[in-house]
Formats: sequence, C-alpha cells, structure tokens
Amino acid sequence: MSSRKPNALEMHVPAPRARPGDKPDFSGWSLPEPGATPRPDVDASAGEMRDYAYGLVRVLDMEGNALGPWAPHLPPENLRRGLKTMLLTRAFDERMHRAQRQGKTSFYMQCFGEEAVSVAQAMALHPDDMCFPSYRQQGVLITRDYPLIDMMHQIYSNAKDPMKGRQLPVMYSSKKDGFFSVSGNLATQVPQAVGWALASAYSGDVRIASTWLGEGSTAEGDFHAGMTFASVYRAPVLINVVNNQWAISSFQGIAGGENTTFAARAVGYGIPPLRVDGNDFLAVYAVTQWAAERARSNLGPTLIEHFTYRAGPHSTSDDPARYRPADEARAWPLGDPVERLKQHLITLGEWSEEQHRTAQEAAVETVRTAGREAEKVGVLGVEGAHTRGSMFEDVYSEMPWHLKQQRDELGA
Amino acid sequence: MPSMTMIQALNSALDTMMSRDPNVLTFGEDVGYFGGVFRVTEHLQEKYGAKRCFDAPINETGIAGAAIGMAVYGLRPVIEIQFADYMYPAYDQLVSEAARIRYRSAADYTVPLTVRMPYGGGIYGGQTHSQSPEALFTHVAGLKTVIPSTPYDAKGLLISAIEDDDPVIFLEPKRVYNGPFDGRRDRPVQPWSKHAASEVPDGYYKIPLGKANIVRAGADCTVLAYGTMVHVALAAAEDAGIDAEVIDLRTLVPLDIETIVQSVAKTGRCVIVHEATRTSGFGAELSALVQEHCFYKLEAPIQRVTGFDTPYPHALEWDYFPTPPRIIKAMRRVMEG
Repeated sequence: MSSRKPNALEMHVPAPRARPGDKPDFSGWSLPEPGATPRPDVDASAGEMRDYAYGLVRVLDMEGNALGPWAPHLPPENLRRGLKTMLLTRAFDERMHRAQRQGKTSFYMQCFGEEAVSVAQAMALHPDDMCFPSYRQQGVLITRDYPLIDMMHQIYSNAKDPMKGRQLPVMYSSKKDGFFSVSGNLATQVPQAVGWALASAYSGDVRIASTWLGEGSTAEGDFHAGMTFASVYRAPVLINVVNNQWAISSFQGIAGGENTTFAARAVGYGIPPLRVDGNDFLAVYAVTQWAAERARSNLGPTLIEHFTYRAGPHSTSDDPARYRPADEARAWPLGDPVERLKQHLITLGEWSEEQHRTAQEAAVETVRTAGREAEKVGVLGVEGAHTRGSMFEDVYSEMPWHLKQQRDELGA
Repeated sequence: MPSMTMIQALNSALDTMMSRDPNVLTFGEDVGYFGGVFRVTEHLQEKYGAKRCFDAPINETGIAGAAIGMAVYGLRPVIEIQFADYMYPAYDQLVSEAARIRYRSAADYTVPLTVRMPYGGGIYGGQTHSQSPEALFTHVAGLKTVIPSTPYDAKGLLISAIEDDDPVIFLEPKRVYNGPFDGRRDRPVQPWSKHAASEVPDGYYKIPLGKANIVRAGADCTVLAYGTMVHVALAAAEDAGIDAEVIDLRTLVPLDIETIVQSVAKTGRCVIVHEATRTSGFGAELSALVQEHCFYKLEAPIQRVTGFDTPYPHALEWDYFPTPPRIIKAMRRVMEG
C-alpha cells in the first residue's frame, strides 16, 4: 500500500440523499411558487429562455387553484376527460401489474405517478401528431382511444397480439394512432423523432413529432445526436425528458442531475428549455401547447423536462425498497397528479368526491371487462397462439431463401 | 452509352432516383455543397436544392437515427457514412432499430433506407479508413448487404437498394472508385473507360439484389469474391493461367446460393477471397454453405484468402491486402487437392 499523497486527487461518485431506512429528503430543491413563472411568446429566442432551464413552470397550487399566465383555461369537460383518462391509465396499470404477478405475462411497466405527462401531452397535441415514446407513455395510447383490449393482447402475447407475440410486453406500436413502435433500447427514438419531424417539414406536412425519454437516458449519445440534429435543422419536435428521479436503482445524479437540470441540456444546443412540474396536469398541458405552437410555426424544437417522481417500481422485475426509502413517493413535494387535478376540479365546483369514486369504479370496471375478454383469447404461454412459421415473417418484405430453409428446418 | 467511373455511376444512380422520386433525398458529412469527400454526391445539391442533398453534423448516430425517422415517415433516404470505419456510432441504430422495426411492429412500420459507405483498403488509409465491416451487417437479421464491383453494377444495384423496402447496407469498394485496380501494383491502374462494365446507361435500370454474376466462366476452380477482390481474383486467374470460374457475389444477403452451388458442383474446388479479417468473416459463412451444399462434390479443402486478424496496418498495407500471388497460392492448393 502506498501512502496517500497530500495533494491526492479524489474521485466523486454521486449518491442520493436518502437510502432505505432513511427519512426521504427533498430539501435540496427550491421550487418556484405556482403561477410565478412568466409565459414567454412562442417566438422567444432560445437565449431569452435560458432561465426556464433552472425554474419550474407550475400552475396548480397544492389547494387546487390554477394560477398565473401558464394556466391553460381548459373547459371543465376537458379537465374531466383528462382526469378520467388518468384514472383509466392507473386502473389499467394496476390490473396489468397484478396480471404479471399472477403469472399471466412475463413483464409489465406502470407509469404510476407520471400519468399527467403522457395524458396531458396527448391531449395538448393534435391527434395525428407523431409520438416516439419510451416505455412509460401508455397514457398516450389510452388518450388516443387505442383499445385497452389490444394493449392487453400485446401484453399477453396472445393470438390477437397486434405485434404477433414478438415484443416484450408494453412495447406497443400503432401507426394509425401515431404511436411509434417502442424499442426497449434507450433514447434511440430521439434522433428518429427528429428525423420524422424533418421528413414532415420536408414534405410540407403540418404534423409535428414528440418524443419521450427518461432522465437517465439523457446520458445516451442518441439523445445528444437528436438534440444536435433538432437544433441544426430546426426540427418541429418536442423532446420530453421525463425526470422521474430514478433510472431503475440509479438516482438522477448518476445521469448528471446533481450539477444542473436536465432542461439545461438544451441551453448548449440553442434549444428553448422548459422545466415543468410533471405532476401538474395544467402546467404539463400548457408547456406542451406552447412548444407545439412553436414547432407548428416553424420555430423549431423545444426540450421539456418533466419534473416528476416514479411512484412505482421501474418494472415488475424491480424492487425499489432495496435502494430508496419506502415512503419516498408519499413525501414527494409535488404530490400526485390524479389527486391534484381532482382537487382542482372540486375547487372549481366541477367535480365531487362522489363523482370521483364513481369515475374510479367505472375505470376499474372498463379495465376488468377488457381484461376478461383478453384473457379469454389467451395469456402468455398458451400453446398455438402463434404459428411457429410466423417467427420468420416480417424480417424482410419478402422472405429470402435462407429464412425459408430455416422455417422448414423448424418444421413450421 | 457513356463511360463512367464508379463514382460517376453512383452519382448517376442518385441523380436518376432523385429526379424520379421526390421522396428520395441524401445527406451525410460533406455530402451537400461540396459533393462528398469522394464526390459521389457532386452537383446534386445544385440540381435538387439543399433540402434534398445536405450536409450533416459529424454524428453517425444522428445521421442513421434521423434517416430511420424519415424512412418511417415514408421517405427513401440515402445516407453516406463517410468511411465504413466511421459506422460504429451508428451501429446500434442500424442493428437494433433499422433492421428490426418491420419485425417488431409486425410490418406496421418499415424502413426503406439505404446506407452507403466506402470500405476497404489499398489507399494508405491506415486502420481507420480501410476496414471491411460487411460481416458485422450480414450477421444481422433484417439487413441486406450489397457490394458492387463495377460502375455498371454500382448504379443498377444502388437503384435497387433505394427502391427496396428494407434497409440496405451498400458498401462501396473505394479502391476501385476510379479504376479497376486488380492488386498488380507493378502495373499502372487502367482507367474505367477501358473496362466494358464502365458503359453505364444514363437513365433508370436495375440489377436485382440477390443475384450473383459469373464474371469469368471456368472449369478448374470456383473463386467467390466481391468488391475490389473480384478484380484481384481475375488478375490472379490470368497470371496463374488457371481456368477459374470467378463469381462476383454482388449481394451478400440475400445470397445467390444457387449460382455458387452450381459452380462448385461443377469445379469441385472453391477459393473464397475477401479483404476483411478472417475469423468470423463472411468467408466463414461462405465456406460453411459450400460445405453444406457441395460436400460430396468437393475435391479439395475450401481455401480462404483474406485480410489478417489484425488492424489494417499503414506501412504494411500491401502485406495485408490480398494480392494476386496469395490468391494464386490458394488456387494451386485447391488444384493439388
């Protein structure tokens, strides 16, 4: 062992403030007051927007009041639709998470606590705008009225699985709903979304693109490639970083969040940053509307950091109790997106506890009905759900001789 | 019929397709105003505008990723990776994404993308401008891999690649861009204009993917080659006075197995030539296939002439590059067998 040099360098490895057994600690963050952040014109320059990378757009206070210039002033029926869609998403997640525990499928991923991100965004975008999601944007499909039963068929890899049993559960795809095939490799969808947006602009189309990735995935080169291309060619695209604090077991500091915000990544690219309370349905809606209008006006991309919290495990294969305090989700200073929108509607006099209970029960019942139907078709592992020969289809537009030979070899 | 170099033929293919189909566009590093470091996209920006032929940031991940998004939209992008050696940052996008999007979406989304990249050595390019990574693509389900050896083939194959509904890796043998170099360094390289396959029609024509070309019929042994090595193999046959049947594979995936099997069944002897490193190279696949299909017709062990399992050495390039004497040795070995 050599003795330590007096001027020896030290390596830094970030660590979260709290681990299992510790009291949750979110004291390090300063959160601007709801309604306090000004709303810039959509043609503001990226340079003028710099401060937004370090602030937080908030509309709803914790009592359910909508405050300030970002309040989107949505009609109550739209708010109710948003709330019901979040409830449906949550009910869907609960059932499918349980279905995995019951051995009906191999894997599932909830978006518990992050419902506002995809539901509010899907409502703020046009229905034919193109989405390049990560694996936690099931709310987009549900908002776009994609049949729950088809999602279940996919999760069960059963005979009616639109993906023909080829993909891990939750890796949905639906071209007619503007929902790109979920990859599973992280951040690959970012440059693709940018390319799609460029193609739309190239073709004189009016549709814009939106993509999502986690804060952990911003460390991938693909994110930076996408940012560079989006900036250079002024792509009509929304790049959404869903900062849910945890990338499986790695807290956001491991992705670089200890020294700056994820929204601040945009500053170096000359892309306007917006940082938003991701558990605030109205704020998410408002910033999405702003960024979409900007993109539609040929003013280019926006990076949105959704500051939220992954209230559930990363997936059914994960146990967060092993790396974070068990009650951290409850301690999250920005609450729960469903509870907050519910409170807002009640404050407006447009909703009640009883209506909420009824809506919750209706969501659970809708999911239950779809679930029973899907399970009748089959769950994972049912013999004969897919012909063995189907494995060789769609590798190429036409099956080449070597695949035909391999299919014959399998006796399919 | 005009005489073209391979560069001009590739340019003509892009020009032909861009004039026929507004969904065809091309981009890459230095591809726009300058026309590419090898001049393959020369004048295309002038003719079709900056939106259809443009410069890209030095980021192969972004070039491939953006092109995939464009292809998913419905365009037919043709991207240039400046050297095949620079392809690796794009590899994940090509392997995990382009190759599998049709499959994983059950054909909901498709990727009609062409990825052009100059490959191969013999230009004193050192280990970062000389590699032959074809086997890294042929190993991937969902990709097609094409390598032309002449201007005529280059144009016809590139048009087929652009019109193909699957992602196509289009590897261009840069050593023969400007003349059919045959590995005989003691002689001046002939210009393409003296080669019959430099006669290239101005307009549209296709060479189908998956069809090999018997460039020299012969009875003594079969030589399987592609790209630059086709010319080297022909020179070897000539120098050795061996009546070799030289097959230019043109497409590695899907492979024209019938032409290969017919030839080896006839000659009973097979030499495989490529510039890439030997271990797990495409020659290993060819060797396995020939053995599986022609074992009882073989008169001698199959021989491989390849680059060595080292990085491409700068100063010792000509010891690395498979030259006619090495191919002749292999031919003699199969003839003696």
